[in-house]
Amino acid sequence: MSLPDGWEMVVGLEVHTELLTKTKMFCGCANNFGAEPNTNVCPVCLGLPGSLPVLNERAVELAMAIGAALHCTIAPSTFHRKNYFYPDMPKDFQISQYDLPINAAGYIDLPDGSRVSIERAHLEEDTGKSTHLGGSGRLHGADRSLVDYNRSGVPLVEIVSGPDIRSSAQARAYASELRGILIATNASDGRMEEGSMRIDANVSVRRSGDAFGTRCEIKNLNSLRSLGRAIDYEAARQVDLLEDGGTVRQETRHWDETRGETSTMRIKEEAEDYRYFREPDLVDLAPSDEWQARVRASLAPMPAERRREMTALLGSPSDAQLDAVTVVVDLGLDPWVRAAALAGVDAGLALNRAANELAGLESLDPSRVEGFVATLAMEQRGELSATQTKTVLAEVLASGADPRDVAAARGFEQLAASALGDIVATLIAEHPEEWGRYRDGDDKLAQFFIGLVMKATRGQANGKAVIAELQARR
Amino acid sequence: MSARDIAARVRAGETTAVSELENSLAAIAARNGELNVFLHVDDEGAYRAARRVDERISEGLDPGVLTGVPVALKDNLCQRGVPTTCSSRILEGWRPPYSATVVERLVGAGAVPVGKTNLDEFAMGSSTETSAFGPTRNPLDPSRVPGGSSGGSAAAVAAGMTPISLGSDTGGSIRQPAALCGLVGVKPTYGLVSRYGLIAFASSLDQIGPFAANVADAALVLEVIAGHDPMDSTSLPEASPRLLEHLDDGVAGRTVGLVRELLEGADPEIVAAVRRAADTLAGAGANVIEISIPELHLGLSAYYLIAPAEASSNLARYDGVRYGLRVEGEDVTATNELTRSAGFGDEVKRRIMLGTYALSAGYYDAYYGQALKVRTRMIEAFARAYGQCDLLLGATTPTVAFEIGAKAQDPMAMYLSDVFTIPTNLAGEAAISVPFGVGESGLPIGVQLLGPGRSEARLFAAAAVLEAS
Repeated sequence: MSLPDGWEMVVGLEVHTELLTKTKMFCGCANNFGAEPNTNVCPVCLGLPGSLPVLNERAVELAMAIGAALHCTIAPSTFHRKNYFYPDMPKDFQISQYDLPINAAGYIDLPDGSRVSIERAHLEEDTGKSTHLGGSGRLHGADRSLVDYNRSGVPLVEIVSGPDIRSSAQARAYASELRGILIATNASDGRMEEGSMRIDANVSVRRSGDAFGTRCEIKNLNSLRSLGRAIDYEAARQVDLLEDGGTVRQETRHWDETRGETSTMRIKEEAEDYRYFREPDLVDLAPSDEWQARVRASLAPMPAERRREMTALLGSPSDAQLDAVTVVVDLGLDPWVRAAALAGVDAGLALNRAANELAGLESLDPSRVEGFVATLAMEQRGELSATQTKTVLAEVLASGADPRDVAAARGFEQLAASALGDIVATLIAEHPEEWGRYRDGDDKLAQFFIGLVMKATRGQANGKAVIAELQARR
Repeated sequence: MSARDIAARVRAGETTAVSELENSLAAIAARNGELNVFLHVDDEGAYRAARRVDERISEGLDPGVLTGVPVALKDNLCQRGVPTTCSSRILEGWRPPYSATVVERLVGAGAVPVGKTNLDEFAMGSSTETSAFGPTRNPLDPSRVPGGSSGGSAAAVAAGMTPISLGSDTGGSIRQPAALCGLVGVKPTYGLVSRYGLIAFASSLDQIGPFAANVADAALVLEVIAGHDPMDSTSLPEASPRLLEHLDDGVAGRTVGLVRELLEGADPEIVAAVRRAADTLAGAGANVIEISIPELHLGLSAYYLIAPAEASSNLARYDGVRYGLRVEGEDVTATNELTRSAGFGDEVKRRIMLGTYALSAGYYDAYYGQALKVRTRMIEAFARAYGQCDLLLGATTPTVAFEIGAKAQDPMAMYLSDVFTIPTNLAGEAAISVPFGVGESGLPIGVQLLGPGRSEARLFAAAAVLEAS
């Protein structure tokens, strides 16, 4: 979707990611999703009187890994208290970083070549989770509210981009790239549906060349699809307002996925005064150069580098292949393609199979990579048709069986060898008119015969082998 | 009897922890109704602890340096399963599921916690009159206050209910009541004693310390409770200091600065006592010089911005949602407001409002930010003084114990009773109040010895000189 001529949207994203630590940010409670409510709690994460926070070293390490991957400066930093009353926040303040974040001034390069700046990526603690029952279903006006403090004190990194994004597609590409980076650093599982990555979008519009307009913040966008739709909706709403001579009011807005609309949550005048001040229960955080160097040295390759590597394997890839590279790297499937290519399988074939056969799987056992490579090698040697390859691959990935055994059990190999010639000869005899036209040079009819062979073999023939048989009889 | 004597006799089998506990409970029963020292006496838990100590003795084990010594705990220290109120309605009925590090360490050394003592609500006050459960009376003259905020813990020792007790000192809350009750009271270096389990008033200023009837007992208790604790990020990294073995080091060759600003505004009898203390130290070989630290004048105003600012945040959690008092409103915001309106007393509300204001957008720089700068200047001024002196000397309080009700309606007058003690908290340094003579009314006078961070051994040695004179 695009805005009317002459208008431009300006978007910045704030992404919260939960860190994959074993324990919470300031206590020894387990950090895991889906436990019975209020079982991963202790005096510290319940904010009981007299309890004190002690910073989790691993959380700092993961925050530094994120900073390094985002090309940020890692600097000495401090913790502040952000004060406001909310029942899912047991101390009625949140420990966060304010004027001195651990990571500042970085950037992300997107697959389309654009660069989005990162203002900061700071550490903070998560809140508990409220469920409102009956009545309005929101905090105010519900019949009852229940709070689960398992999430209270889970470490978060908030990554704030510059106002550099100019379309919903770019916003989605940024979020997707960031997700890949977070997964590559082992900092996050990137599961938006479980809330381990949550996005707020700051959206404004302007006539091209003008200064930035007034922005609205859309809260809690929990999928890439919501992100894109909400930004488009909000930008269009603001353009409509301005074109009708109105003004945009700075406010926080809520995205309703079902209705496809944003609506006012609170206006700026109602905004809280958080009364930030230094958290006196924590000491300053100044990671040594040596510690930073260790974190940098242990970083795995980031998606951009992995895309470059895939592209190099492909030689001169088509646009469609470049798109597939993005998908494959996003999903962390590039090691599979690399393994196949190293074993002599054509990189394009491996990319295609990874993008089409692996991408849709719910889970993928990394130990199956050998079977994946072996199956593709059989396909490349003509021992399996494309359809057969898909069948064999599904079974190899599910069970870990040897692809040769799978193919033998299904009788795929025999067909590929001798039976194909007989089938082709029979079909030529049954369709003399079409065969005549093919012999006279109408190559399109090859597809006709391939279709017949596939039908006769229930998809078990290799298309290239069929063409070879046809040409041998021409 | 001193804590050391009790521990020695229980260890030697001359008496038992249970018998010492019974003495303590009898003393409490005799005067608690009159003085309102203990908010909760944990007979059952105390008997259990005492019997455990006696069993260990009978098994030939040594429970530790505080074997069988009854101890009173200020009611802002968490003890597992024991009601802990901070003398506030808002926490009435709450029983912590965990114990403060200091409590664990006392019990680990064989001490027997007997109960929780009264304090100014959330330690905000200097007379124990802001307690929601009524004032504590000074055992030496029940018409007068024991000081505060740790008035109950001071009164417990002064009334002979327990030989030792723990308090907390945010702006003088141990030293001032120690002075008013004729006891030794210690504000240790910030970070020397773990704050884990101390219900926070002002986190950057709070420090737990002992009350005792003599210097050596105070040193013994501090040795037990001090030392690094991984549960407190602001805890100093080192182990507990050796204090008792330096108790007889004396002050010969030490330079002691008699600080003009720590006498200004004090009653003449107090000034006279401090000058006699200076003479005593000089007589023991110290080089006493008179010095001026003008920055100390700024302490009170900086303190009354920083402490309330931190308190406004620390006390936010008492919102009626999870524990303690809840006054139901029509929604959660109303419940928060009704609970806090009903649960907090006037002084706590005053400080929450002060602190909230000091941190507010548009006022932060002028108030809280400015106070932080003053605090830095205070630290620098003390550092200059300690470039010249090993120790500083001054009054602990401007007056002896005052009448109950005399200052209760005048916050400024009350705040001024901490004017000599507050600077040490702002600087994060150490100080000790030692009884030194009595005033015309026969009430005790305390003098204050101040030292840089980690100077406790030096302070105790000087205190021992004053005690011996």
